[in-house]
Amino acid sequence: MGAKRRVRFFYPPHLVQHPVIYHLAREYNVVANIRRADVQKEGGWIMMELEGEEADLDGALEWVSTLGIRVDPVDGDVLEG
Amino acid sequence: MAYTTVLHCRECGREYPQEPINVCDFCFGPLEVVYDYEAIGKVMSRESIQAGPHSMWRYAELLPVSAENRVDLNAGFTPLIRAKNLANHLGLDELYLKNDCVNPSYSFKDRVVSVAATKALEFGFDTLACASTGNLACAVAAHAARAGMRSYVFIPADLEKGKVVGAAVYGPTVVAVHGTYDDVNRLCSEMADNYGWAFVNINMRPYYSEGSKTLAYEVAEQLGWRAPKHAVVPGASGSMFTKIWKGLNEFANLGFIDPVETRMHLAQAEGCSPIATAAQAGTTTIRPVKPSTIAKSLAIGNPADGYYAVRVIEDSQGSAVIVSEEEVTEGMKLLAETEGIFAETAGGVTVSGLRRLVSEGVIKRGDLTVAYITGNGLKTQEVVEDAVRPVFIEPTVEAFEKAMAVRS
Repeated sequence: MGAKRRVRFFYPPHLVQHPVIYHLAREYNVVANIRRADVQKEGGWIMMELEGEEADLDGALEWVSTLGIRVDPVDGDVLEG
Repeated sequence: MAYTTVLHCRECGREYPQEPINVCDFCFGPLEVVYDYEAIGKVMSRESIQAGPHSMWRYAELLPVSAENRVDLNAGFTPLIRAKNLANHLGLDELYLKNDCVNPSYSFKDRVVSVAATKALEFGFDTLACASTGNLACAVAAHAARAGMRSYVFIPADLEKGKVVGAAVYGPTVVAVHGTYDDVNRLCSEMADNYGWAFVNINMRPYYSEGSKTLAYEVAEQLGWRAPKHAVVPGASGSMFTKIWKGLNEFANLGFIDPVETRMHLAQAEGCSPIATAAQAGTTTIRPVKPSTIAKSLAIGNPADGYYAVRVIEDSQGSAVIVSEEEVTEGMKLLAETEGIFAETAGGVTVSGLRRLVSEGVIKRGDLTVAYITGNGLKTQEVVEDAVRPVFIEPTVEAFEKAMAVRS
């Protein structure tokens, strides 16, 4: 295992039942260590540390984004006015 | 000396030494400074405050730094103005405006950056950094100049150059990043982990954010040691909103004012209102948005303190108000024409939000109300350019009088 990234996934309602984290492990060899989450039927978020090779992490996060899940750093937006 | 003990996680309560960190390793919750209020209570009083400097540093004991070596451009202790004309216009008896347009770099960001820069020096950093499209960049560059520190300001590459002139003049390295706002956010979060710099609102955030509490202390002192019935505050990350509430309650707990019954109202513009939308829907789950508002200083689509801001609204029996983009400029003009204060777009959001709260009966005529005006209008002149409508005349008195007769 190479790199670690701390991220927050924000799920829209229609993706709540999608087994995203399973696919991260199976397809990208990325391990998700969930630290905090709040997922309900109307959507939700998961904060986690992802661990894997850099290229796998990049591919995994790109795939997640294309699904329609928003991916952010755990800090929230830091670009301020 | 600083009257702080540790950092603690706002979610799981784990404690950490006071270091340049902002997130709990265990649950990724935000870290906050813990104070020794018992010790503060022994050295701080109304009298000691009044004997202090005419700046935010008169409340130094309640800031997480040692004030002796502060990076000080004289931010804070800005005017609290009785706004009789605007009050009459809106149907209020007792309205005050906290005018933070007149800070050294013309916005409230000087308060938070003054604390962050001071703490950065304490930690031994030589470089101050931020990602910003405006006010924060100005405050960081100005305070870094004052402190003799290097500074880096990260901006989206497509940002108009004019937006950062007010920062560039202080000599920072301005880094224009090709990519979206999200790309800039991700880059800076990554850099904060890997560079030995003080990113004011990332690894310095627990200290930085405390500077906003002085907006509460000053209002309470300037009102004659009392809290207002209502506070109307613009919302971006939600940090300032939560810290005003914290500051009022700290003052009450120290016995400087009566227990706080202030109702906290958060105002956002329609084009970026994730906190207000969540609050109005009765949920603490903040749904991130892609900002599209003329109120650029409030354009934070994924607000770090959004959850806590909604909690403050609930705890204070306050409310959230969303104004249209048109109302932003209407509010700016109304403020300028009634009170002679030229505020930036965030001020327009606040004033139009206030107007809505009064018209909806949330704020009643006799309620003591304070509206926070957090940045100067000279920074966002372009949105009110249509106010320039000169009367063209030939250079004669006759032409002038003729034109005025037509006008009246």
